[in-house]
Amino acid sequence: MNPVLSLRGISKSFPGVKALSEVQLDLYAGQVTALIGENGAGKSTIVKVLTGVYQPDAGNITIDGAEVHFPTAQAASKAGVTAIHQETVLFDELTVAENIWLGHAPRTRFGLIDRRAMRDGALRLLEGIGATLNPDLRLRDLGIASKHLVAIARALSIDARVVIMDEPTAALSYKEIHELYELVEKLKAQGKAILFISHKFDEIFRIADRYTVFRDGQFVGQGDMGDVSENDLVQMMVGRSVDQIFPARHRNIGAPVLTVAGYSHPTEFADIGFTLHRGEILGFYGLVGAGRSEVMQSLFGITKPSKGATRIDDQVRVIRSTSEAIAAGIVYVPEDRGKQGAVKGLPIFQNVTLPSLSRTSRAGFLRLAEEFKLARDYTGRLDLRAASLDQDVGLLSGGNQQKVVIAKWLATQPRVIILDEPTKGIDIGSKAAVHEFMAELAAQGLAVIMVSSEIPEILGMSDRVIVMREGRIVDEVAGDRMTPETLVRAAAGLAVAA
Amino acid sequence: MTPHHRIIPDRLQSPATRALRSWEAILVAVAIAVFVTNSFASPYFLNVWNLSDATFNFTEKALIAFAMAMLIIAGDIDLSVASIIALSSTAMGVAMAAGADTPVLVLIGIGTGLLCGAINGALVAGLGLPSIVVTIGTMSLFRGVAYIILGDKAFTGYPASFKFFGQGYVWWVISFELALFAAMAVVYYVLLHRTSFGRAVFAIGNNATAAQFSGIRVARVRFILFLLTGVMSGIAAVCLTSRLGSTRPSIATGWELEIVTMVVLGGVSILGGAGSVAGVFLAALIMGMVTFGFGLLNVPGIVMSIFLGVLLIVVIALPRLLRRG
Amino acid sequence: MSLLKSREALLALAILLLIGVVAARFPAFVRPANLANVLNDTSPLIILAIGQMIVILTKCIDLSVAANLALCGMVAALMNGAGVPLPLILMGVVALGAGLGAVNGVLVWKLGIPSIVVTLGTMTIFRGTIFLITDGKWVNAHQMSDGFKALPRTVLLGLPVMSWMAIALIILFTVVLTRTALGRSFYAVGGNPHAAVYAGINVGRTQFSAFVISGALAGLAGYLWVARYAVAYVDIAGGFELDVVAACVIGGVAIAGGAGTVAGAVLGALFLGVIKNALPVVGISPFWQMAISGAAIVLAVTFNATQARAPGRIILKSAEAR
Repeated sequence: MNPVLSLRGISKSFPGVKALSEVQLDLYAGQVTALIGENGAGKSTIVKVLTGVYQPDAGNITIDGAEVHFPTAQAASKAGVTAIHQETVLFDELTVAENIWLGHAPRTRFGLIDRRAMRDGALRLLEGIGATLNPDLRLRDLGIASKHLVAIARALSIDARVVIMDEPTAALSYKEIHELYELVEKLKAQGKAILFISHKFDEIFRIADRYTVFRDGQFVGQGDMGDVSENDLVQMMVGRSVDQIFPARHRNIGAPVLTVAGYSHPTEFADIGFTLHRGEILGFYGLVGAGRSEVMQSLFGITKPSKGATRIDDQVRVIRSTSEAIAAGIVYVPEDRGKQGAVKGLPIFQNVTLPSLSRTSRAGFLRLAEEFKLARDYTGRLDLRAASLDQDVGLLSGGNQQKVVIAKWLATQPRVIILDEPTKGIDIGSKAAVHEFMAELAAQGLAVIMVSSEIPEILGMSDRVIVMREGRIVDEVAGDRMTPETLVRAAAGLAVAA
Repeated sequence: MTPHHRIIPDRLQSPATRALRSWEAILVAVAIAVFVTNSFASPYFLNVWNLSDATFNFTEKALIAFAMAMLIIAGDIDLSVASIIALSSTAMGVAMAAGADTPVLVLIGIGTGLLCGAINGALVAGLGLPSIVVTIGTMSLFRGVAYIILGDKAFTGYPASFKFFGQGYVWWVISFELALFAAMAVVYYVLLHRTSFGRAVFAIGNNATAAQFSGIRVARVRFILFLLTGVMSGIAAVCLTSRLGSTRPSIATGWELEIVTMVVLGGVSILGGAGSVAGVFLAALIMGMVTFGFGLLNVPGIVMSIFLGVLLIVVIALPRLLRRG
Repeated sequence: MSLLKSREALLALAILLLIGVVAARFPAFVRPANLANVLNDTSPLIILAIGQMIVILTKCIDLSVAANLALCGMVAALMNGAGVPLPLILMGVVALGAGLGAVNGVLVWKLGIPSIVVTLGTMTIFRGTIFLITDGKWVNAHQMSDGFKALPRTVLLGLPVMSWMAIALIILFTVVLTRTALGRSFYAVGGNPHAAVYAGINVGRTQFSAFVISGALAGLAGYLWVARYAVAYVDIAGGFELDVVAACVIGGVAIAGGAGTVAGAVLGALFLGVIKNALPVVGISPFWQMAISGAAIVLAVTFNATQARAPGRIILKSAEAR
């Protein structure tokens, strides 16, 4: 069988970075090809090349064996290549029908948009994928799963032959993910060639027919999913054999530090209660959207709880702002590093000292020498890789940015550190470093909460695991009960196996 | 992981190298060029008294520009500053008509500025409204109140002792306004570049969410910045009213745009997150000298404003053009 | 959908209420002739507000509209003085206005300079240019031909031509914004610029188009203004750009881009127009107008913000619903 779309020798450079270096990719009709690689492997660049957003410096793209060029996104879409992105593709102020047809709407003979044809077409496309949505609704009134359906209907509306799905399940719930898988099957049956980008191995093995692996902007290999194991893929991704080994923990669990009881919020979570001890790593597991981050952000003073109490060392503490949380010794490493973690544009040392300025300054006046000293101490402990401490933090890789954020919090000498998906989207090397460091912190007597959706990580690192579902704690797991099956069943709301 | 820890240097460039490559260095060069050109263009330029007189055309605006620079670095803007001057000046006029003496007038002028700043700050930082729209609104509101009070009339006859702020000299050719400008330059330099408050301003301008997640009281900092802009407008109102000796509701019309131009020319990013007091200081000097030079050559003020408009666009366009080429 | 609709309905209701209150004391205010006069008086504001709304939709702002209006108005008066026939003058000012808008647009599109900086600069440049070409002199009524002055005032079917022009433009741009690809792309660019690129929309070029439209409308309004008031000089319509932005904000156009309608902008303009015309009728000094429109902007933006406030994530509700 010949591929529908082939890339050969594609290279793309940006000032200072070679994002892609002579990579190849083949997509076949009626098949799902998984594109696998660590962050920085060049996955998003290849998507932008395929959709006409970037022009490659070298190489060619062929469709059915004929060479094509995509000088604009419009050209790619005309050639039948379309991309569905996580959350960013759609327009909240436009209707469902308009979102589907934007850029290629049917016209009346006066050249105006033919609204009736647009509406009918939208209904037909939505029905085709089994969706019942009113095409006149504005997008902002829809949930994320419905928006996905609109994005897919849009892809079908241009009669796409190649559909790119870039981490489509990242923001979906368990149920929605399964609906998406069914949709992918439908698209396959219609003969679409699908490029599926995902970090989740279970997902890749479930729906992909073929794989292609990139590493550091280079093509590493491709083949049928049936011929590889999980370990083979990981080896290709990292270029070395990495068994997920977690650091040995010297468990030394001490007195309670943080006690939370009856903690509730009007819409996000209810009746959360737990106790966290010195030297303990407490895991919070659940599906995306189970309310774990919301609880943590509330404990950190971002949102106000409606009810409930927090006690630190048996003293009731009311936390109404992040500065009060920090003063109480609670710090939070957010999941969204780019938006909530690092202050890009500020140098590394200023990021590190931001919450500690009252200590490094005197009467409100900065003391740069003190700031550099503090930053040097804590970035050194985390083995940060950077050219200098006055370098813009935005120029660092994701893993190094995460180290700066963690250094920032350790510099405040907290009692409780909350890590929200601490290794999401960072390379395997940095991941191991973060895990090792967490173990070290706990050994030194810090109380650690780790929110994670990765089962190996949560089982490998935690002393106990709390499982949340739909804003409530549904189980607390320790000892022998800490198995993948228990966590998955509890998180999905299935009956606990006897 | 190897336990070997690399040593990361604090800085790659020395502060001196950094300063030489900065926007401020370009501004210094421009300032010297303008100074030299002016001294050749007119024999009257190099006269200390003429130069001293010339400083009046930028000192009041520059006072506000310092506070505006901090506000813009934090990612907000205040377009109501000129209207605050009008309202402050009107309030002083009302007080003067009621028989208030100089110290009370000054307090009322600055107090009105503070109050206006508090209104802006409450709307923007308190209610979370976009500053550009809020201050376009209060720009009409504040000056509108001045019009309601004054109509087409004017307050004149300020007490003799009130003249000092806009017409008095501290020492030799150094006017009170020039001395105040220099003092405020130092105060704002320290505040922005040497205090943790200033650091918070930069953090908020680069990423307000991450700043909040780092324990910075974002709303409070933004509110204080609006207060500062209001107070500086009140101080400018005292100086300007004293200098003119009268209050009309149309006082300082269009100043907000000149002040924003001054700030942007001084290298402050209109998108927030970057800028320096030194840059604004230099931009004020340059704008003042250009105005003065044009004045000596009998070039009308409006031509001067074309020049500033072109300058504003060119200084922002130039680095972008160079980067592409 | 219902939200936006109701916002415009609310504004229309507020305007009717305002007219009602005034009419209760001064019935003469609601005489058709007077209402027609209010509409006519507000026409330049309506025309400019439509253009400004489109610019704001694309996440930009055009502070140079009033200066553009003044420059085009002056050029129209000078062309008239040179004996150029009226149709050519009309085409000329629209083209000139579009050209000035294109200058803004190119700077935003090709150099990526924030629109507020660009138009702050061009606003002083445009006004300064009037001075350069006239040396600061006025063009007065007696220097304008009768035909030049008469066009906006000519009454057709009970309304002056200026009003008809505003009405025609309202209809035209309602169609453009709701029924053409360009119109929808204004919303897409402002609502989600990143995604617009993937939908094959060139963000910069769309913003450029918005500035050209805004400029062309300012050019036309320039002629109407000068012909109606029969005078042209450097400072006409000084500060009018703020009224224009105010009309948009009151009309519910989101300053962050992506949301707004022609109807909203027009109603916002009418709201200000009714206030301006009602003040002298009810015996309030016209000096109140500025403060009232300022207060209206602040109230409108507060109202818009509370309406648009995103509801928090609802996690628990789903648990209760099952």
